[in-house]
Amino acid sequence: MNKTRASGRTVGGFRTLSLQAPAVTLLLLWMLVPLGMTLWFSLQRYNLLMPGMTGFAGLENYEYLLTDPALWKSMGNTLLLVGWVLVITVVGGTLLAVLFQQEFPGRGVARVLAISPFFVMPTVSALVWKNMMMHPSNGVLAWLAESIGLPALDWFSSLPLTSIVIIVAWQWLPFALLILLTAMQSLDDDQVEAARMDGAGPVAIFFFITLPHLKRAISVVIMIEMIFLLTVFAEIFVTTSGGPGLATTNLAYLIYIRALLDFDVGTASAGGVIAIILANIVAIFLVRMVAKNLES
Amino acid sequence: MTTVRNKQLSSTPNAGLATATQAPGRPLVTTVNTKRLLLTALGWVVAGTIFFPIFWMVLTGFKTEAAAIADPSLIFSPTLDSYIEVQQRADYFKFAMNSVVVAFGSTLLALLIAIPSAYSMAFLPTKRTKGTLLWMLSTKMLPPVGVLVPIYLLFRDFGLLDTRTGLTIVYTLMNLPIVVWMLYTFFKDLPKDILEAGRMDGASTFQEVIFLLMPLTLPGIASTGLLSVILSWNEAFWSLNLTSSQAAPLTAYIASFSSPEGLFWAKLSAASTMAIAPILVFGWLTQKQMVRGLTFGAVK
Amino acid sequence: MKFTRALPLAGIAVVGATATAASAETITVATVNNNDMVIMQSLTSEFEKAHPNIKLDWVVLEENVLRQRLTTDIATGGGQFDVMTIGTYEAPIWAERGWLAELNDLPEEYQVDDLLKPVRDGLSQNGTLHALPFYGESSMMFYRQDLFDEAGIEVPEQPSWEEVRDWASQLHNPQEGTYGICLRGKPGWGENMAFVSTLVNTYGGRWFDMDWNPQLDSQAWQEAISFYVDLLNNYGPPGATSNGFNENLALFSRGNCAIWVDATSAAGKLYGADESKVSDKLGFAPAPVAETPKGSHWLWSWALAIPSSSEKQDAAKTFVTWATSQDYVELVGETKGWTNVPPGTRESTYENPRYQEAAPFADFVLNAIRDADPNDSTLEPSPYKGVQFVGIPEFQSIGTQVGQMVASALAGDNTVEQALQAAQTATERTMKRAGYLD
Repeated sequence: MNKTRASGRTVGGFRTLSLQAPAVTLLLLWMLVPLGMTLWFSLQRYNLLMPGMTGFAGLENYEYLLTDPALWKSMGNTLLLVGWVLVITVVGGTLLAVLFQQEFPGRGVARVLAISPFFVMPTVSALVWKNMMMHPSNGVLAWLAESIGLPALDWFSSLPLTSIVIIVAWQWLPFALLILLTAMQSLDDDQVEAARMDGAGPVAIFFFITLPHLKRAISVVIMIEMIFLLTVFAEIFVTTSGGPGLATTNLAYLIYIRALLDFDVGTASAGGVIAIILANIVAIFLVRMVAKNLES
Repeated sequence: MTTVRNKQLSSTPNAGLATATQAPGRPLVTTVNTKRLLLTALGWVVAGTIFFPIFWMVLTGFKTEAAAIADPSLIFSPTLDSYIEVQQRADYFKFAMNSVVVAFGSTLLALLIAIPSAYSMAFLPTKRTKGTLLWMLSTKMLPPVGVLVPIYLLFRDFGLLDTRTGLTIVYTLMNLPIVVWMLYTFFKDLPKDILEAGRMDGASTFQEVIFLLMPLTLPGIASTGLLSVILSWNEAFWSLNLTSSQAAPLTAYIASFSSPEGLFWAKLSAASTMAIAPILVFGWLTQKQMVRGLTFGAVK
Repeated sequence: MKFTRALPLAGIAVVGATATAASAETITVATVNNNDMVIMQSLTSEFEKAHPNIKLDWVVLEENVLRQRLTTDIATGGGQFDVMTIGTYEAPIWAERGWLAELNDLPEEYQVDDLLKPVRDGLSQNGTLHALPFYGESSMMFYRQDLFDEAGIEVPEQPSWEEVRDWASQLHNPQEGTYGICLRGKPGWGENMAFVSTLVNTYGGRWFDMDWNPQLDSQAWQEAISFYVDLLNNYGPPGATSNGFNENLALFSRGNCAIWVDATSAAGKLYGADESKVSDKLGFAPAPVAETPKGSHWLWSWALAIPSSSEKQDAAKTFVTWATSQDYVELVGETKGWTNVPPGTRESTYENPRYQEAAPFADFVLNAIRDADPNDSTLEPSPYKGVQFVGIPEFQSIGTQVGQMVASALAGDNTVEQALQAAQTATERTMKRAGYLD
C-alpha cells in the first residue's frame, strides 16, 4: 500500500474521492436538489394558492423581481447591514479582545459574561431588545434617556436600520471577541517584550504587532459572519417587519414579502436564485480576499 | 447594576496594590494601581453592559406582569408565577428534549461526515479543493425563505415533516459547510510527518484517522462540535416550518409566547430564560474548551 | 403531554402514555396565542374527560407565524394538523380550493342557527359552513370616561372622526403619560391596514374599482391617510409604528391612552381582566365615522376548521363543535369568569343574563357585528368581499406592502402623497402579475 501510494496518483485520487464522497455528495444533494427544484420552479408559474394556474413562465418571475423598485433598496440595506455589523464586530471585537487579554480581578467571569449573547437565540434577542431595551415607553434605554432629561428615542421608527444593526451586532460581537481573544493568546510575548524594549508604546505595539497577528483571525470572523449576516431574517421579522417603508427590508425579507406571503413559489424561487447570484458575487470579492489571507 | 459591582470590586484591587508597593519607586506604583483600577472598572463595565439585556430578561422573568412594565427597578418581590403559567401552557421539557436530541444528533452526524472529507482535503488536496471549500461555504448564503416550499414538498413526500430525524438531517446539512471548513483548517496545520510515520507503520486510512488524526486534533474537533451545537440550537426558521407538535424544539416554544395579547413581558422573559438557559450554561461550561480548540486551527 | 405532567416518574409516564395512546386518537390543533385560545387550551382536560377516546395535541404560535405555517401545510397537503385556527379572510379562499372539510350535518344540539348571521356568512362558501366561529369581533371606540368627564366632553351616539380629533387634542398630555389617541401603526395587512381600511371606507374610499384598478392614489385615500398621520403624530404615543393590537391593548389598559379605536374583543379584556387599570373608567362608543357610515367598522372572526388532508376528521369535528358550542361558552363563563367568554359568535351568549350583567358592552358589540356587511362596505361599489381586507389571495402581500408604505408616512420618511404613490405602483404590479389587470 505504501508503495502504490508512492508510485501512483490514482490511489490518492481514489482516496480523495472516497473520503470526500459522503460530504460532497450530501452537500451536492442538499444544494442541487433544492437548487434544481428552485431553478425549475423559478421558471414556472406556480402559486400554492392558485392550484389551477400552472405552466411555463419563462423569465417572467425574474423580470417581476428585477423590475421591482424595492429590489435595489433591499440590496442596499443588505449590504449596509452586513457592512456595519462587520465593522462594529471586528473593531469592537478587537478592542474587547485587547481589554480582556489584560489581567484584572474577575477577568474570567467578565469574559464569560461578555461572550454570552452569542448563545442566545436570534428570536429571543430580538424580542428582548424590542420589548425591554428599545421600547419607547417601557424600555430601559427610554428610561435612561428620560432620567438624564433627554426625550425617549423611538428606535424602530426613527433609526430603524441602526436598531437592527445594534441587535445583530450585539449577537455577533461576542463571536468576534471569542475568536480574536483566542488568536491574541497565541501572540508571541517575547516579540511584544522586544518591541517594548525598543521603546514602542502600547499604541504602536497594537498597530504593528497585535493587529498584523490578528489578520488571519479577523478574516475568519468576516467570513463566518458574512455567511450568516447575508440571510438575517428573524431579527427583522420580529422587530420592524421590514419597515417603516422599506427602511429595514433586506433581500431575505423582500423575498418573504413578495413571494412567501403570496405563496408565489415561482417568484420566491427566482428570488432565491438572485440571492445566490448576489451571494456569489460578494463571495468572489470578499471570500477570495479573505481566503488568500487564510493561506499565509 | 454595574455601580454595585464596582463597589464590591474596589476592594479586590487592593491585593494588587499591596504587592505592587513592594516594588521601588512610588510614582510608578500609583500609576500602575490607577491603571489597574481603571482597567478593572472598564472590564467590568463593558462586560456588564454587554450582558445587561440577558440579565434584565432573567430578572423580568421573576417579576409580576405589572412590575415588568413599571419603571426599571432592581427592587421587587420575586415570584415564580410566570414560570408556572408558562409551564402550564406548554410542556417545556418536551421542547427542550427535542432541542437536545436534534442539536447533538445533527452535530454528531455532521462530524462523522465531515472528518473524512476534511481529512482528504487537508492531506490529499487536489486542484479543486479550494473551489470545493468555497462552494460549500457559499451554499450557506442562500436565504432559506427562497427554498422553503421545495424542501417542504420533499419532506412531505419522505414523511419527514414533524420528525426529529427530518430536523436532524436539515441541521446536519446546514452546518456541514462550516464544520468541514473548520476541521480542514485544524487538520491542515498538523505536521505531515506524524501521519507519514503512522503510514510507514502500515496504518490504514481508517486507522490513521481514528488513532492519529483524531486524538491530535481533538480540541479542534470539540470546538467545531460545540459551535455546531450552538448554531443548531438557535436555528429558528426550519424548526418553525418543518415541525408542528412532536418534534418542535425550543425555538418553536418561544414562538408561542412572542407577541400574545395583554401584558406578556414577564411570561415572555420566563419562557426565553428557560429556552436559552441550557445552551447558555453549556456555552459557559465549554467556552474554555472552545477557545483551546480554536487556538489550534483557523485562528492560530 | 397531560400524562407526563400528571406522572412525573418517567418510566410510569411512558407506560401510561403508550397504554392510552393505543385506544385514544390524538388530534393536532393549531391555534393563535390569543387569550381566548389560551383559555381553550387550558380546558383541554375538560374536553378529554368528556371524550376519553380523543387526546389533544396543541401547536400554539404567534399569529403571523401560524398563518404562514398553516398555509404552507394546507396548500402542499402536508397533513400536519387536524384542526386549524383560521380567520374570515382565509375561510372562503381555502374553501373554494377544496382544502377545508365541509361542516354541514352538524348535530341538532349544536344549534347552528344560533350563530350570528354575519359571522356565519363570512365562514361559508356557497352557503356551506367550512369553519366554525370561535370568537367574532367588530371594531369600536374605547375611551376613558374619567378623563372625558373631567374635560366635560359628552360623547354623542355616533361620534365622528373630526370630533375624535378635537377630543384627542384636548386630552393629549404626554407629561402625565396620557396620549390623546392610540391607533394601530405596525405594518401588516391584519395590523395597521385593518384599521386604515375602515378609515378609508368611512372617508368614501375603496381598495379597487369594479375593474380591479387599485384606488390608492384617490382623493379619499389621501384624505384618510393624511388625517391618520396627523392625528397619530400630534396626539399619539411614541413608537406608534410598532404598535399593533396587543401593544395598544397594553397601553390602554395601563391608562396611557384617552381614546382607542380597535377590536371589540378588547372590551372583555379591558373590562374584566385583573391586568387592566381602567376597568372602572371605561367608556364605549361605536367606531367613529367621516363621510359615510359604510364600512366604518370591521368584521372578523377566528374560527376552527378541519383541513381535508386530515385523517382524523371525525375526532376533529367532535373537538371543533365542542369548542364553539353553547356549552363551551357556559363552561368558560362558570370556570374563568363571564368577561372571558369568547364573544361575538352566538345569539344565546348575548341573551344570557349573566353575560349581560358582567359585560355592559355586550349590546355595542352585538350591534356592531350585526351592522357590518362584508359584501357592501364601500361607498362606491367594489368587486371584493371584506370590510377591512380584500378577499383575494394576493391581499396578504398587497396589504402588507401598503401597510409598510403607510407606516413610512407615519414615521415621516415619506410624505403621504409619496407613500400612496408607491403603494399604488406596488399594488398595480401585483395585480397585473396576478392577471387581474392587463
